[in-house]
Order: sequence, then structure tokens, then C-alpha cells
Amino acid sequence: MQLTGAEIVVKCLLEQGVRTVFGYPGGAALYIYDEIHKAGDKLSHILSRHEQGALHAADGYARATGAVGVALVTSGPGATNAVTGLATAYMDSIPLVCISAQVPVPLIGNDAFQEVDTVGITRSCTKHNYLVRDVRDLARVLREAFYIAKSGRPGPVLVDIPKDVSNTKTEYTPANGEVNIRSYRPTMKGHPRQVRRAVEMLQAAQRPLLYTGGGVILANAWEELRWLTLALDLPITHTLMGLGAFPANDRHFLGMLGMHGTYEANLAVSNCDLLVAVGARFDDRVTGKISAFAPHAKIIHIDVDPTSISKNVRVDLPIVGDVRLVLEQINAVIREEQTEQKQIDRQAWWQMIEEWRKKECLRYNQGPEIIESQYVIESLCSLTDGQAIIATDVGQHQMWAAQFYGFQQARNWLTSGGLGTMGYGLPAAMGAQVAFPERQVVVITGDGSIQMNIQELGTCLQYQLPVKIIILNNGFLGMVRQWQELFYERRYAQTDIAVAPDFVKLAEAYGALGLKCNRPEDVLPTLRQGLAHPGTVLMDFQVQRESNVYPMVPAGGALQDMILGELL
Amino acid sequence: MKHIISVLVENEAGVLSRVSGLFSARGFNIESLSVAPVGDKQSSRITLVTGGDGPIIEQILKQLNKLIPVIQVVNLSDGPHVGRELMLIKVTTDRGANDKSAREEIMQIVSIFRAQVVDATPTSLIIEVTGDNDKLHACLAMLEPYGIADVVRTGQVALARGNRK
Ligand SMILES: Cc1cc2nc3c(=O)[nH]c(=O)nc-3n(C[C@H](O)[C@H](O)[C@H](O)COP(=O)(O)OP(=O)(O)OC[C@H]3O[C@@H](n4cnc5c(N)ncnc54)[C@H](O)[C@@H]3O)c2cc1C
Ligand SMILES: Cc1ncc(C[n+]2csc(CCOP(=O)(O)OP(=O)(O)O)c2C)c(N)n1
Repeated sequence: MQLTGAEIVVKCLLEQGVRTVFGYPGGAALYIYDEIHKAGDKLSHILSRHEQGALHAADGYARATGAVGVALVTSGPGATNAVTGLATAYMDSIPLVCISAQVPVPLIGNDAFQEVDTVGITRSCTKHNYLVRDVRDLARVLREAFYIAKSGRPGPVLVDIPKDVSNTKTEYTPANGEVNIRSYRPTMKGHPRQVRRAVEMLQAAQRPLLYTGGGVILANAWEELRWLTLALDLPITHTLMGLGAFPANDRHFLGMLGMHGTYEANLAVSNCDLLVAVGARFDDRVTGKISAFAPHAKIIHIDVDPTSISKNVRVDLPIVGDVRLVLEQINAVIREEQTEQKQIDRQAWWQMIEEWRKKECLRYNQGPEIIESQYVIESLCSLTDGQAIIATDVGQHQMWAAQFYGFQQARNWLTSGGLGTMGYGLPAAMGAQVAFPERQVVVITGDGSIQMNIQELGTCLQYQLPVKIIILNNGFLGMVRQWQELFYERRYAQTDIAVAPDFVKLAEAYGALGLKCNRPEDVLPTLRQGLAHPGTVLMDFQVQRESNVYPMVPAGGALQDMILGELL
Repeated sequence: MKHIISVLVENEAGVLSRVSGLFSARGFNIESLSVAPVGDKQSSRITLVTGGDGPIIEQILKQLNKLIPVIQVVNLSDGPHVGRELMLIKVTTDRGANDKSAREEIMQIVSIFRAQVVDATPTSLIIEVTGDNDKLHACLAMLEPYGIADVVRTGQVALARGNRK
């Protein structure tokens, strides 16, 4: 069958099971857009209002569903606008395929109109990228792109397609069989001897701790993780990226660890004698001062990416493999040996943990006059039973959301952890809402962050996405202000953003419902009203201006030296 | 310590920039790098010399392996290997009356180092010398007094000894 490059793009997308593409058109992308138009209902396209929005939406779609998110942008500025979205996905290992259009092959390198070296620019923020100079390579490249994006350690892959390639015909053969790349073969199964060693170490440990991360979510391994946790009665803590893998209201869960982690989680790390890292990468926001991190512990590290292992922290037992398969292997050995019975007594360890828990490190005080952000999030959690899909931006509101929204399920938490991209929340929520039109999707954002991609309200309205936006409006770039308060003697350099639009009117201007809330007693009614409304809603909560996120481990400090809040 | 790392890659556009980009982005240093297609021209061999302590070298090897078009990574410095580098040295011999004796001395040095003269003009010689790093340094030092107009060196290339891969 002779098809043009653009026709092949659509064929391959459908072949991969793609039903939705997030994008923004332009000259070099016209042939591809034309084919998407012709594909009609088979392939829907969501037009964002900025390419960054399209990328984050595809990313939110991927995080919420586990499928590969797809974005399409034009050459030049379209591609450069996509870079933040790619980098965000790259840092959090999110599977995306981004198709960018490019100037025609004969013009490449000529400083042609809307030409940038997209492959060069995105090399370090994609898992892999391609420039397709010959239409005969196109189908293979697209199939490889999907395969690379979703396998091993997932990540974004970019395919740059020159305009003439999208308009050249070639013979198209439908996909047959698996993609085979001789230089790319991720290790999936754990080494059996290492697996046995891990079980022995778990059995022998007096004070074990599970430290799990985004890898558990990416591997869809939460069932296996729950089984292990409960079977061996293990305390478990999550990274920011790991939230939702284990239900937050279960007593085994110690909350998040790290810079803004709980007292009990961080002290458990500092005192455990076995730390089992599962799909987590020992990020500096988690470890604090490396030399004081888990100083008494042997460390087991399960990760599909060998570069994650022993990168920051030396581990005693590395297991390279897919979290789900390795946990299955571990669980099988435990079942076979009935380790449950061999279990050594960990009463003393649990007692220590319960003591730390009594500190109630997340305590805050909701007074009668001014709304506390924590209270808004706690109220949201109870109104939605911890079952909503929550997208955030970056800052204090993000940390409070992590601390106070008790996630019951995986894939309900969309946040930019690695890159910390302000402007991520609203478009990510759109992506999730497109995937799950019936579900409650809520953006928790700040007055700073929301203004970074506020234009996406237009997209919400165009596609009738009933996303609920909660602005915790403190008139500051709050997280930065917090650092200035604590470490720069309250010199608030360029963090006061009290001059802001009337968000309610802004929402209304787009055709959304805007609600404003100033008083603590109105928090619940406002949330109820907003959540019940069938369309897009923006809720502007005027919150305490200068409130801090605690606990806090100062950058480079040891976990146990965290600063606790004023109440403690 | 220096490490010679041999990287077999798909012979496709952009591979070299992926490898060199990795080094610059992660702050690893490259002392020398040489690359050429091998065998069927489907793949290329990059030989690079880098420095760093154990954990850094471990990261370098893992990060190289992680690049999609990288087929195989071997740290040749882990075992016995033969490393070679080639240097071309242009020596000026334009020294009037002394010229003739200078040329004779140079020829002696050339033969000691089993080098070769690959070009000669009335005022200059180009000498080609191959060997390991030390040998090239020694040869260069001996020729220095005669006046060196220019030097070019390839990076090191290396193979493991015996049947080791
Ligand atoms: C303002 C701010 C504050 C923050 N504070 C904190 C904090 O207090 N605490 C905290 O934890 N984080 C915090 N973060 C987030 C932090 O920056 C990191 O993003 C996060 O800690 C990384 O989480 P992770 O270790 O789970 O790794 P991820 O980035 O989720 O990486 C996943 C790991 O799993 C591996 N993996 C992927 N797929 C698989 C698979 N199928 N099988 C096996 N392994 C797999 C990957 O190779 C990788 O090593 C903060 C971020 C911001 C913006
Ligand atoms: C694109 C981008 N620019 C700058 C930063 C640095 N930064 C981190 S948090 C923050 C403040 C965020 O303010 P706001 O969205 O109002 O949230 P708050 O902390 O007040 O809850 C800034 C500027 C960032 N993370 N991302």
C-alpha cells in the first residue's frame, strides 16, 4: 500500500492504540494535521492554547492511564515550546511520544523559516529522539518510539518529521511482531540469587523499611507491593512520586519521606537497619545529607535502570529489573518459604514508629478568621474520599497536597517532581480528564503557578472538560518566600505577587464558573458547590499569606535534623 | 586513574553527539576520543579515554550503556590490553649550516622510536610515530630541540589482549 508520510503517521498512531493526540498546528505540520482531520472520530485531537500545555496534557494522560501520551507540535517555536514539557516528563520517567514537524529536508541547516535543531535541543531531555530524513524509515521509527517510550525505564521520545517527508509516498506495511532493537534490551526479571538474598535480608532485619517511588506506579506494581507490605508487616514510606501506591490511611504507611516528609518517615529512615528502595532513585530532596542517610541500614535497591543504582548512595544488594516482576519473584519466594511464620518479632520497631507518629508533625491550627491551605486540602480529601485525581503545580500547595490528600489509589497523583515545573497542573489535569471524562479531576495550584498556563482554561472550555481548579491564593510565590523567610532573613526579593487578576472574573471571561472563598466556614460549602458543578470551575481561596510547609529538612541537612512547625 | 573505554555503536547520524553530549551534560571528562566504522559499516567503534574514580567510571559505563544506539560498552582498562596512538610531528630543519647534522640526528631518533619519515622538504620533515602514550611523549621530547612546527595526534585506540572481549 502506497501512503504518504502523514498517512503513515496516522496509521501508526492507530496501530499503537492511540485515540487522542494533544497538539498545536503550524506550517510544517500541515500535512499531518490534514490526515488527522481526515481520520475523523478514529483519532481525536485536543487543541491546547500553548505547546507546553499540549505536552503536559499528554503527560497527565499518560500518568493517569499508564498508556503512552502523544503530542504533536510544529517546527521551530512549536518545538521549543514543547521542551519544558519534554523535560518534565523526562525527569519523572513518563512515557510520551512527541511528534514535531520540521522544515523540508533540503532546507535543514539553512536557517530556514521556523527551523530549529529540534533533535539537538531535545537530546538531553528525551529518552531518545529521531530525525526522519527518509519516509521509508518513518513507520519503523514511530514503532520504535512507542516501544522505547513505554519499556524499561519509561520516558519521552521525540520524532522530528520534515514537511516533505510527511508528503512523500512510500510502501507501507502494517506492523508485524514486536519491535526489535539490538542495542536496547532492558533487563526485566530480577536475578534469582539476588532475589533470594533480598528475602533473607528481609527476614533477618530487625528494623526494615520500604522506601518506594515512582517506579512502583510506572510498573503498575502496587498490588504486589501491598501484598509484600502486609505479608511481612513492613512499615512503608513513599517519595513524592510514589504517592498512591499504598493507601494512605493504612497504619503501615508512614507518609512521605524527604525534605517535606513526615517526622516518622524520616526518623524511620535514620533508624532502620534495612532499607528496601523500590523504584526510587535516591533524589537529593529525599536523602538530604548523603553521609547521614540511613546510616545504620543495609540497602536493597530494585530498579530497572542500572544508572539509578549506586548513583548517589552505595547499595548492598542491587536488583536490576522491573519492579512488578521482581516483587512477584520476591513474593513467590516468601510464599514458598512461608516467611510470614519465620518472621522475627518487630514489636520494638513498631513501637518506636508509633512514638514518632505521636508527634503529629503535620498538625496545624485552623483559626476562625483566615483559611489555612492545609484545611482546604484536608476538606477536599474528605469530600472526595481520597479518590479524586489530583494534579498540582509547584510550591507550597504541592507539598501540602502531598501531605494532606490521603491517596487511596495509584495513578491519581499528577505532579512534577523531578523538574518542578510551575504550570504543569492545569494542562496535566486536562489530559487526565480527557482520559476519564466521568471522574473528579482537581487541580491544586498557587496564584503564581496557575498564571503560567492559565490560557489552558480556553482548552477546558472548548472540550467541556469539567476540571476543578483550587487556587490556594497567598499572594506570594510561597515556596520561594518560605526559603527567604528561613534562610535569607525575610528579605522577600521578588516573591510578592499580590497584584493579581480577579481570578473569578478571569474564569468567567473564559466561560467557566468562578468562586471566591475568604472565610474558613465557607471552605466546605465552596468546595461542595464547586465539585458538584458539571463544568469547569475555578475556586479562589484566599489563604494565610505567610505560612510554611513543615517538617522541613534544610537543603543538605540530615533527615533527622528536620525543622518542625511552630506548633511543635 | 585513566580508563580506556570501547563503545560499539550503531553507525547512524548523531551517535557521536549523543556520546559526547552525555559526557558534557554529566560533567564527565573526555581526554581523547576516536571513532571509525567497523566491519560491515553498520556499526562504529568509539574508543575514549576518560578519568575518574570507581563510582564515576561505573556511572560512565552505565550511562553509555543506557544510550539507545549503544550496542556494547567495555572498559578495556579492567584487564590486559594493547593501546596505541598515532602522532604526526612536523620538524623544521631550516637551520643553515647545522641543518645537515640536525637531519642526521633526527633520523637517529626516528629509528630509535621505530618512527617513519613520511614527508620531507628542504626545510621540514614530517615524522609518523605510533605507540602508547609514554612512547609518544618521549619521542616528542627528543624532537623538541630541533624545532617543532606542528603536532597532531589521534586519540587512543585499544583492544583487549587474548580472547577477552
Ligand atoms: C518543591 C518540591 C519539593 C520536593 N520535596 C520532596 C520531598 O520532600 N520528598 C520527596 O520524596 N520528593 C520531593 N520532591 C520530588 C523530588 O524532586 C523527586 O522528584 C522525587 O523524590 C523522585 O521520586 P522517586 O525517587 O520515586 O523517583 P522517580 O523520579 O519517580 O523515578 C522512578 C525510579 O524508578 C525506576 N523505574 C521506573 N520504571 C520502573 C520499572 N518498571 N521497574 C523498576 N524501576 C522502575 C526509574 O529507573 C527511577 O529510578 C520535591 C519536588 C519539588 C518540586
Ligand atoms: C517554571 C518555574 N519557575 C520557577 C520555579 C521556582 N519556584 C518554585 S516554587 C515557586 C513559587 C510557586 O508559587 P505559587 O504557585 O504561588 O505556589 P505557593 O508556593 O505559593 O503555594 C517558584 C517560583 C519553578 N519551580 N518553576
